Amino acid sequence: MKLSNIIANTGEWLSGSGPHDQIVVSSRVRLARNLKGKPFPGWAKKAERVAVLEEIRGAVIMLPEMQEAFSEKLEDLSPLEKQVLVERHLISREHAAKGVGSAVVMNTAQTLSFMINEEDHLRMQAIRAGLQLDEVFAMINQADSELEESLDFAFHSELGYLTACPTNVGTGMRASAMLHLPGLVMSEQVNKIINSVNKIGLAVRGLHGEGSEAMGNLFQVSNQTTLGEAEEEIISRLNKVIYQILEHEQNARQILLQQRAETLLDQIGRAYGILCHAHSITSKEALNLLSFIKMGVDLGLFPCGNRLQVDELFIETQPAHLQKGLQAAKLGSEERDSLRAALIRTKLKKMPEPEIGKIPTTSTTAQSPTSEES
Amino acid sequence: MFCDVCKSKDATVFLTQIVEGKMQKVNLCEACSKEKGVNDPTGFALADLLLGLGAAQEIEKNPLGIRCPVCGFSQTDFKKTGRLGCSACYDAFSEGLSGMLKNMHRGLIHTGKIPSRLALTLIKDRELVSLQQGLEKAILEEKFEEAANFRDKIRSLESEGNRVEEGTQAVSEADPLSEQNRLSLIPKIEASPSPKSKKKP
Repeated sequence: MKLSNIIANTGEWLSGSGPHDQIVVSSRVRLARNLKGKPFPGWAKKAERVAVLEEIRGAVIMLPEMQEAFSEKLEDLSPLEKQVLVERHLISREHAAKGVGSAVVMNTAQTLSFMINEEDHLRMQAIRAGLQLDEVFAMINQADSELEESLDFAFHSELGYLTACPTNVGTGMRASAMLHLPGLVMSEQVNKIINSVNKIGLAVRGLHGEGSEAMGNLFQVSNQTTLGEAEEEIISRLNKVIYQILEHEQNARQILLQQRAETLLDQIGRAYGILCHAHSITSKEALNLLSFIKMGVDLGLFPCGNRLQVDELFIETQPAHLQKGLQAAKLGSEERDSLRAALIRTKLKKMPEPEIGKIPTTSTTAQSPTSEES
Repeated sequence: MFCDVCKSKDATVFLTQIVEGKMQKVNLCEACSKEKGVNDPTGFALADLLLGLGAAQEIEKNPLGIRCPVCGFSQTDFKKTGRLGCSACYDAFSEGLSGMLKNMHRGLIHTGKIPSRLALTLIKDRELVSLQQGLEKAILEEKFEEAANFRDKIRSLESEGNRVEEGTQAVSEADPLSEQNRLSLIPKIEASPSPKSKKKP
């Protein structure tokens, strides 16, 4: 299986659907595991890393769910290919920086991916569209149980699974959901929410995890702690919080519709105007404007048939995705900006103008409990 | 100078605070300082910020030069990278680590998934501990019939374990000896009580 074949299709988590997928873009669970008695990747010598890589890769490839898998050593991937995988959340930015002794294995649906010799010997994740934390945990837990039949994972009777960084010890699990929260951002409530979520031991981060900026009103909520609670407890705690954020976002959109319909309409209309007519646009600006179009689709201002198109643009306008079809040498940022603008113009051409009349009368926030006429 | 939190970017925010008469200095890059809410005086709690750092200093206080006997990783390496060298480092540096883990996590004992090959021995270990406690309590309370019952259960659990365990002894390797030692005491106790218990009407 070639990477180009995999890249040609958008992953299941992007094109598929799931519960609450208007606001919850994707759900992801990753587990960190290490082999017993082997130094962690950051401290291991090259030969040791290569040996660990071969052992783990052999076991992963044998998994029944990985029969149609893509597997490649990091040193054999071009910087552009690595970046494409990062933009799809299939490998981490840290992993993309690795070379000899590291590898990635993923299935064709791009729901399961295994990073070998990232910070830990093995980091495996399952990702799907919408709010499906329990389902993705079940998927990756199954893979883990199958792997432990052939791999001897480092496990401590008190501390649980041992990891290179003490912040991951115990379950080795990071469960996260990507949330699209334009309503909370517009009504300036998002910082309040982030602070209160932080206080209960969960982390809120930007698009690409730790240290990344929140672009396109996308936020990643994940568990901070991994020791002292069982996997199911962590996930149920996270689920509860996500449901609350969901509700706040729906309410915020509702209130915007009722009290600031003009502003809302203005933002969506401007976003549409710029995206349809711009000839040069940075990825940050594109994401921020696409976020308004996405909300417009949610609110029923655009036909819902355009939903996937808009969602795909979130990924397709990222720097590496823009260039993936091109054989030419790496583009400069100005060339990328005009290429991006051209791509968006073509895609949005098929999309009708927002139906402004719809806004004040029908409050079409799906799943909204109250729809009062003002 | 690198940021104390992310250890990758240059530090531009320098904080000094006196905590219990000792000066603590923290250097942060702009991104981390924002993330930690240093710019926002109300949301800022140095205690939070110092969780990892304080623990790192604690580790430093220990006699320098402790190295992991398995992989040779030193505490200085740990302070520098924030990562450990191998799984044995958790035991080598356990003293400094436990304070750190306490601040990082919700508990100090893993209560989640157990690899199935270890599950048998771990569950058995936990059961043995509780039987052992029951046994000791029974002996203290002079309920010798109960004690004998506990003893039998412990023995059967152990002999059954030895058969299962042959391949994977790692976890309980240290315990069986001491448990056996304790077990060997029981017959004596059991022999001695009879006159004692007969004294009671």
